[in-house]
Amino acid sequence: MPTTLDDWNPGKAQDHHPEATYEEKERLFLEVKNDVRYKDFIYGCYECGICVSACPSARFYDFSPRVIAQAIAREDVERVYDIITEDIWNCAQCFSCVRCPRQNNPGGLVTILREVSLKNGLQESKDALQGYSRVIYKVMLKGNQVSPDMLQPDFFPDWGPWVQNFSQNMHVWRKAIPMDSIRGLTDVAWRTDRKTLLELYTIWFESGNMDIIKELDESLYDLLTEVMQEELEEG
Amino acid sequence: MTELTTVEQILERKSHPVVRDASAAPTEDMHDRLLELEAKGEIILQRIKGDYVEFPTKYGRMKKIPIEHTWHHKSCGHCGHIPGYASSILWLHRQFNLDYNDPTDQTSCTGWNYYASGASNAVGQAAVMSRNFAAAYETGYFPMIHCGTSFGHYKEIREQLVHHKELRDEVRRILDKMGKPLVIPEEIVHYSEWVYAMRDRFAERQLVDMSPITATVHPACHYYKIVAEDAIYDPEIYGGQRTAVVTALLEKLGVNVADYSTWFDCCGFGFRHVLVQRDFTRSYAVLRKIETMINEANPDLTVTHDTGCVTTLDKSQFAAKAHDRKVGVPVLSDAQVAALAMGAHPFRVVQFHWHSTDWRPFLEKLGINWQKYWDEFQGDLDQIRAGTKSGITWQDADTPIKLAG
Repeated sequence: MPTTLDDWNPGKAQDHHPEATYEEKERLFLEVKNDVRYKDFIYGCYECGICVSACPSARFYDFSPRVIAQAIAREDVERVYDIITEDIWNCAQCFSCVRCPRQNNPGGLVTILREVSLKNGLQESKDALQGYSRVIYKVMLKGNQVSPDMLQPDFFPDWGPWVQNFSQNMHVWRKAIPMDSIRGLTDVAWRTDRKTLLELYTIWFESGNMDIIKELDESLYDLLTEVMQEELEEG
Repeated sequence: MTELTTVEQILERKSHPVVRDASAAPTEDMHDRLLELEAKGEIILQRIKGDYVEFPTKYGRMKKIPIEHTWHHKSCGHCGHIPGYASSILWLHRQFNLDYNDPTDQTSCTGWNYYASGASNAVGQAAVMSRNFAAAYETGYFPMIHCGTSFGHYKEIREQLVHHKELRDEVRRILDKMGKPLVIPEEIVHYSEWVYAMRDRFAERQLVDMSPITATVHPACHYYKIVAEDAIYDPEIYGGQRTAVVTALLEKLGVNVADYSTWFDCCGFGFRHVLVQRDFTRSYAVLRKIETMINEANPDLTVTHDTGCVTTLDKSQFAAKAHDRKVGVPVLSDAQVAALAMGAHPFRVVQFHWHSTDWRPFLEKLGINWQKYWDEFQGDLDQIRAGTKSGITWQDADTPIKLAG
């Protein structure tokens, strides 16, 4: 059937996610738009594609920082919802896209979209972060993102026999490091004062960070809250 | 009719050093805004005390790099998984008796987690940075950031704090609960900038001839892509078209730096990907970086200046062997290369045993009998196992050794 002027509308919003109402999608978009950083990250889009040419994820996934910048600049509520539910976890967060001649920051927009997604408990984000909770536990409680004891063959089989060798020798290798702040530690990357950790816990509670964790993983939230509150009460 | 721009014309233009004019920069530099906030009493602007050197940044602003009295903001990935990276940085300081502080009143910037999961927010991230900066200020030492992501993340948070009063107010409210002021250092300094500043002095004390080595450089994305105007560029290096750190050091040490076409590409780390979706990380690291380096430059070594890049480029190579991909390029940081060149013990200081891609051919090409030093190190480990030695200390590691020959 030939296309007529009545049905030819390339900019027409398409509803790929009827499970969510337009009002819900609009509410999420407004949360993104109200983020304090929003106006620093989007200034419009030339559609030049420089961001895509530099993007590692665009080479390996059906992912485009240009589409993200475009959809947000046009305030295309339906398309932004597609992006939140389908695209954001493919971004490598390298910020190669900030070579944008309009000074857009598509990687920064992805960061805001991820935050909004988590705060609103979207299932797609919970799925993308499956297996990641132990890292959140470590960084929020110990103040280090990674630790030597995370290097186990079960978790890093693709890193080869080195991991097996390391895990067998971890305790003695860790003692053979000249830095006082590291030597001998296996469950944290470096030695952190108790007072420092209590200050970190204060930040998590006071900044609203714990609300995000509650939406992401309720059992992780319960565990972290119990441990951190107990420590804070002890002082 | 407009004259066509040919490839030859573009190459000719790019062959000339870039003349920088900070007043014509396309991005805003916020250092004057920091002074205004300080004048209003909104922030404490921590100044560098003691010696510093100034170098040009991307658009010509001169950046101060402190030489000593520095507070070493450590990296989770260095200290957890590549400890020879961190110990090499401090070993270099110790060689010149430069005063430094290795604090325990420091947390991770938590930026890796934030870029991986989004499980935080602008206030939380700014408060973590500000707490660390306040802790450094209390000691009187100036922050030196080891991690490329912490460096980029902090530069971006500094911009956000400058631009948004509501963010400053919220962070100040949280810091008040700890009795800490809102402190921003006058410069956010990455350790590789210090290495760049010290390269001539390193070369004066060099013990290993590095001229047999060809190396490629992977510039770390979060060093020079986030807040791009605050990274060091040098007209003498790549004509000022790329960041100068790492490359300038290698050239000064006599390493043959070879170029390759995908230098701008990231390493594939991906933050979330490297922890829970490594198919992307491995593929990108091998196909876009390591294999391209081998095809175009055939390096003995690749050198970078960030946590994630060393881990990704090094650890991703093993699995690719199953697919008969071209791999086998050892990966080191600039600090490890400098330490090795100055006679740091390959295992007590540089800690090669934490790296998985075979580094033995690289050491052999330098004429270093790695087996001799490995045996020595095994002796240390035997003593630790037997309980006759509690661990390796700086006393064991400080003295440079004539490694080659």
